[in-house]
Amino acid sequence: MQIIGYERPETLAEAVAILDSQGDGARLLAGGTDLIIALREGRQHAAVVVDAKRIPELRPAITEADGRLSISADTVMTDIAADIRVRKHFPALAEAAAVVGAVQIRNRATIAGNICNASPAADTAPPLLAYAAEVIARGPASLRRIPIDEFFVGPGETALRRGELVMAIEIPVPVGPAGSAFGRLTRRRGADLASVSVSASIDGLGRTRLGFGAVGPRPLLATDHSGVLADPGTEPATRASLLATLAMATSPISDVRASREYRMSMLLVLGQRVLGTAITRRAEGRR
Amino acid sequence: MSGTRTIQLTVNGVPRQLRVAPHRTLLDLLRDDLALTGTKECCLVGECGACTVSLDGRIVDSCLVLAVEADGADVTTIEGVAENGSLTPLQHAFLDSGAVQCGYCSPGQVMAARDLLARIPHPTVAEIQEGMAGNLCRCGCYGQITDAVLAASKAAGQ
Repeated sequence: MQIIGYERPETLAEAVAILDSQGDGARLLAGGTDLIIALREGRQHAAVVVDAKRIPELRPAITEADGRLSISADTVMTDIAADIRVRKHFPALAEAAAVVGAVQIRNRATIAGNICNASPAADTAPPLLAYAAEVIARGPASLRRIPIDEFFVGPGETALRRGELVMAIEIPVPVGPAGSAFGRLTRRRGADLASVSVSASIDGLGRTRLGFGAVGPRPLLATDHSGVLADPGTEPATRASLLATLAMATSPISDVRASREYRMSMLLVLGQRVLGTAITRRAEGRR
Repeated sequence: MSGTRTIQLTVNGVPRQLRVAPHRTLLDLLRDDLALTGTKECCLVGECGACTVSLDGRIVDSCLVLAVEADGADVTTIEGVAENGSLTPLQHAFLDSGAVQCGYCSPGQVMAARDLLARIPHPTVAEIQEGMAGNLCRCGCYGQITDAVLAASKAAGQ
C-alpha cells in the first residue's frame, strides 16, 4: 500500500491547510473502510493521508437545534442506526445506516466518508436526498452549505473544492405529518452493495422526494410536488405510471451486481414498496 | 512530512510502544510486530472478518485500520479472550458444537460472537445471523457457529 505520509491534525484550520497545500496528493481519512481498500488496490494514491478523527469539530456527535438535526462528519453508521432522534425523524436514514456492510464496517464507516466516497450505490445517499439534507463544508476561505443533490457530481466525484472538507450533514426535521422509508435489493443477504436502492420521504404538505441509488452515475433525486404519489387514495395504476415517469431520469448500467434491465424493472417494484411504507408510516403518525 | 511514527496502545491489557510506518495496518502490527498471529489476514477488503479485533470496545476489521490510527487505543485480540488461562464458555461452545473445522476464520468468529453476546446477551437466530454477517466461513460451519452462540448464550443465562 502506497502511503508516504500520515498527518493527524488537531484543528480544523490545520486540516484545511494541509488539504489545500497538498491538493490531490492528500486523502482525508475518516473510517477508512473505502479509502484503505482503494489505496491498497492502487485505485487511489496518497502522498499523505490526513486523519480526520482528532479534529474536535468532526468528532462523532448528533445534535438537534433550530429544527435541524446535525450529524458530524466522523459519526459512524452504528451510532446513526441506533440514535433515537434519527430513528424518530429520519427512519429511512437509520434503515440505510443499519445495512451498510456488517457490524465491523458499521463500527468504522462514517457518514462523511459514505457521501465523499460518492459511490452511486452509497446506502445513505438516497435517504439524504429524500430528506433534503445539506452538507456543511469548510474550506480555506469559507464555510458553505451544499444541498446534497448538488454535492454528488459523478462516480467518486463531489462538489468539494480544493482544501474543503465535510464538517457535518444537516437535515431539516419534518414539520407536520411526515412518512419515509428506505429499501434496497442485494444479491445476497448480509454484507453486500446495493443493486438498486430507493428512499421515499413525504413531507407535511404531501410532497414526495425520492432518492434513487445504483441506477445512474450518481445517486439521483426525483420529486413529486403534486401530492398524487403520496395520496393514499391514488389509484395504484396512476401511482405506478407517475413513478415510471420519475424513474426516467435514471440511467442504470449493467455490471457485476445486476443488469440494466433488472435495475430498471426493480426500481419500479422497490419504488412502489418503499412508497407504500412511507404512506403507511405517515398515516400512522397522524393518529 | 511525517513518515514513521511512534505510537502507544494497549493490546490485551499490556501497554505497548512501537514505531510504525504509515502504510502498515493494525493487522500487520499485531501479526508481524507483536507476533499475535491468532488474528488472520484473508480478504483485505472488509468482507470476511478473519482479522476482527476489538478496538476501544467495538469490533473492527483490523485490515482496514492503519496502525497509526490505533495510537492511544485499547485493543483486544483473540489471544486476550481466555480468562486466567482458561477458554471462555463461548470458546468451549465453539469446540463442543463443532463450529471449528479448518479453524482459519474461528478467531474472527469468536471475536464477533463475543461482541454480539456483550450487546445482546440472548440473541435470536436472526440476530445471530445479522451480528455474524461480517464473518465468512468457507468450510460452511454456519449452522454449528449459530449453535455455538446459542449454547453460550443459554449457558450464560443459567
